[in-house]
Amino acid sequence: MKALRNFLDKIKPQFEKGGKFAKLQSTFEAFETFLYVPNRVTLTGSHIRDANDLKRTMALVVLAMIPALLFGMWNVGYQHFLSTAAETGDIWQNFWFGCIRVFPIIVVSYVVGLGTEFVFAQIRGHEVNEGFLVSGMLIPLVMPPDVPLWMVAVATVFAVIFGKEVFGGTGMNILNPALTARAFLFFAYPKNMSGDQVWIAGQGDAVSGATPLGDALASTTTPGSSLTLPDTMDMFYGFMPGSIGETSTLAILIGAVILLFTGMASWRIMLSVFVGGLLMGYIFNWVGANAYMEISPWDHMVMGGFAFGAVFMATDPVTATQSTKGKYIYGFLIGFFAILVRVFNPAYPEGMMLAILLMNVFAPLIDHYVIQANVKKRRKRWAAAQVAA
Amino acid sequence: MQEIINIFVKSIFIDNMVFAYFLGMCSYLAVSKTVNTSVGLGIAVIFVLGITVPVDYLLNEYLLADGALVWLDPSFADVDLSFLSFIMFIAVIASMVQLVEMIIEKFSPALYSSLGIFLPLIAVNCAILGGSLFMQEREYQSIAEATSFGLGSGVGWFIAIVGIAAIREKIRYSNVPAPLRGLGITFIITGLMGMAFMMFMGIQL
Repeated sequence: MKALRNFLDKIKPQFEKGGKFAKLQSTFEAFETFLYVPNRVTLTGSHIRDANDLKRTMALVVLAMIPALLFGMWNVGYQHFLSTAAETGDIWQNFWFGCIRVFPIIVVSYVVGLGTEFVFAQIRGHEVNEGFLVSGMLIPLVMPPDVPLWMVAVATVFAVIFGKEVFGGTGMNILNPALTARAFLFFAYPKNMSGDQVWIAGQGDAVSGATPLGDALASTTTPGSSLTLPDTMDMFYGFMPGSIGETSTLAILIGAVILLFTGMASWRIMLSVFVGGLLMGYIFNWVGANAYMEISPWDHMVMGGFAFGAVFMATDPVTATQSTKGKYIYGFLIGFFAILVRVFNPAYPEGMMLAILLMNVFAPLIDHYVIQANVKKRRKRWAAAQVAA
Repeated sequence: MQEIINIFVKSIFIDNMVFAYFLGMCSYLAVSKTVNTSVGLGIAVIFVLGITVPVDYLLNEYLLADGALVWLDPSFADVDLSFLSFIMFIAVIASMVQLVEMIIEKFSPALYSSLGIFLPLIAVNCAILGGSLFMQEREYQSIAEATSFGLGSGVGWFIAIVGIAAIREKIRYSNVPAPLRGLGITFIITGLMGMAFMMFMGIQL
């Protein structure tokens, strides 16, 4: 270990101003701080002292996604062997099959995304930020298992450049980069992102590969068909086709516990997303115009990407609202729109992604008005105090 | 009644003037620096659209459309004046904008000065003329439908400009690459907002 440190110290001057590789300073810096805790200290007055820096935050969020990832790998294999009726796999075969399917997607997402970040950091002369560690893990989790790798690469480049870097990098973006990547693919290559052919890797002919949401949609568009959903508990555990990380609500809830326990995500947003979704579900139950509207609100919570979006996407501290009251409004509207789009928009079976993107767009506006209301209230209180005095 | 509400909702979200047709971009890009001025301009646009579309509807129905003049004399049944629609619509829009300008100057001089040249420029705002031309092309059945279309388009434009103004206030201190600062980043944000608004496309009302 000492040798590594010495080696780094030896080559360091070449990367500093005036050195041979001064242009690659931020690349060197990124690797150095990745390997060792930096020894630089703040020179002028600093105001916030906390052991929790950006690297640790990102590491904890990635940790929280691990249960969903592991279950997703297993489920990819499970669904594959389920669809090819001839062969069946035990738990390790399932997991191994999923692993060799999912792992390349993760590698592509990280290599391409971090590569783009490094290039931008070099050109613009700022440090390489850790922000992509989470996005790089989220992107594979929201992809269908059958997605071609080059699509992952294209979407990642688009999301990193237009979702993040043009705004100045980590912490400045207005849309969640992982969702930007998915929405980009969804609109650019709809055939590879929806329908009933993409959700099972190496799909056999034994079953239709539609997700429960796809089935529910088909029941409203094809007249005379009836809707049978999988058992609620099965959907809760995640035994259904879907994007890699989104199927198991249980695994996602384990992640949610980690996020909430470490204080990384806002419980206000999570809670209000579920409240909004449930309320909308009950309203549709009450209207009950077609089979889709009669789906139990609790089924909506475990179907598709609702739970995943609520826990990992909506709570993204950069793109969510910043004010306390704003968080309740923001979360509630996400849940509300997600179910609304699911039921009303036959073009998109999954509403969660677009609902979160839409509210990302309006989050600054919500904040603006929450703050204005607060200013008004305080002004009034001050005026009342003046009168009393 | 249901049809009127459908048209209203549809023109706000699904056929949004900015995100679906990219109309009215000039004032949308220029006045969206702060939320307060954009609210003012947005309300002015709602007002102008809400009046010009029904007025143009009446013009179209009783003056311009093919055979619209029969109420004067049955011999006019094959007179088609629709080649005059552009000039008639623009005349209506210009006079409406004059009216709005006078009202704002009288009641809110601060807003009047912050909107500056863009207030009279509403007259050449393509969203306004677009509203009247869409009304003509889509052949709305009654003046109530035309009014709800006009108001809905205005509200959609209002939502768009207020939304982007809040985002621009938020990113004011972001480290945006120098060549993109100002209009460049605003175009990119508009594109991303349009992507988010695509969630309403395809909803059947």
